[in-house]
Amino acid sequence: MIDKRVKDLAAAVAGIRDGATVLCGGFGTVGEPTELTEALLDLGIRNLTVVANNAGTGKTGIARLIKEGRVRKVICSYPRTADPHVFEAAYKAGSIELDLVPQGTLTERLRAAGAGIGGFYTPTAAGTQLAEGKETRVFDGKTYVLEKPLRGDVALIRALKADRWGNLVYRKSARNFNPVMATAADLTVVQVKEIVELGSLDPEAIVTPSIFVDRVVQVA
Amino acid sequence: MSLQPLSRRQMAWRAAQDIPEGAYVNLGIGLPTLCGDYIPKGREIVFHSENGVLGTGPAPKKGEEDPDLINAGKQLVTLVPGGSYFHHNDAFLMIRGGHLDLALLGAFEVAENGDLANWTTNDPHAPPGVGGAMDLAAGAKEVRVLVEHTTKEGAPRLRRTCSYPLTAKACVKRVYTNLAVIDVTKDGLLVREMVDGLDLAVLQKLTEPPLTLANDWKKLAAPAV
Repeated sequence: MIDKRVKDLAAAVAGIRDGATVLCGGFGTVGEPTELTEALLDLGIRNLTVVANNAGTGKTGIARLIKEGRVRKVICSYPRTADPHVFEAAYKAGSIELDLVPQGTLTERLRAAGAGIGGFYTPTAAGTQLAEGKETRVFDGKTYVLEKPLRGDVALIRALKADRWGNLVYRKSARNFNPVMATAADLTVVQVKEIVELGSLDPEAIVTPSIFVDRVVQVA
Repeated sequence: MSLQPLSRRQMAWRAAQDIPEGAYVNLGIGLPTLCGDYIPKGREIVFHSENGVLGTGPAPKKGEEDPDLINAGKQLVTLVPGGSYFHHNDAFLMIRGGHLDLALLGAFEVAENGDLANWTTNDPHAPPGVGGAMDLAAGAKEVRVLVEHTTKEGAPRLRRTCSYPLTAKACVKRVYTNLAVIDVTKDGLLVREMVDGLDLAVLQKLTEPPLTLANDWKKLAAPAV
């Protein structure tokens, strides 16, 4: 029997190691797997590379990992989200590295990783500081920038509901980066509000099919 | 007649009047977001938000807020009938793939060839943030900008070349300022509208590249909003 349910947050994040690249879903705090992210603290791991749209909001989730000195580098599009004081302090102190990626390039790099694509050309950032040093190519008179896939060792995902196979549905704009990140890591761990019977999710409405998911934990 | 610059809300009103019926539009964070409040009655326009929403509506009424429904500026919004949710990849496929009719964006500077600088001032005291700005500037079918004509210190924001790092090259087609509506053309900046109390010579002093006045130029006026 396939059963990806795990009993608690500790079991959900077990085995994640020092130096891991961690994909964290969410846009600000909406759709952010806050509890899974904070569960990394108890593992005692450090030198993490966090990939997310933002670099932590307030004091929770990614901000808490940064505050406790666990994050070496953040790859994100917009660190200046609502209340970014924890990241900003670390950035000013020089204790954290920032790799700034345009939002659409970030999501497409994740998609490429999940889809087995070796690289792609995008018009975004052509002729700007964020394309410096990157290979460019002209197609039909327009300049494109070569971007590489961005893969995680682990993806931390938040969804609304799952079944024991790991099929997922989301809620409103809390979907955001979660489905693409779920495809782009060696280990995909999901926190959900509710676990439902296999077969009860409408197959027409499942956004993340179970093949992408490894562990599911219910967080009330 | 004394000079009567538009307020920020009046700038948003003016830009909103030009959004055509049926357009799919992304409103940038800040000033452009206000355009959503001033769509002429009866015009159906669909607003795209890069966090995965088509059909964002006005702010929710008190008591009807939904924490899972926000726009790109992370403000609580509503969904209009016919609206839809999708993930980030589709949100940027819409942007980069040329499916959006219009992006209305803010700016630090615009150059006479339409270069846009709106993501960083290279402030050494704060980390830079780019968000979806470069994707919107590179991907929307048309990019228009809302920006105060000058900085608080009076320096022109319409420049020969941008002094700040670029968001995208030669992408801006029209600029709405508090003093004028200006088109970026292959022959340079063309003034379509100016506020009362201004003539081209005065506007030129506040603008770095040379301006041409359109033959059919109009008075730029907006209601008290």
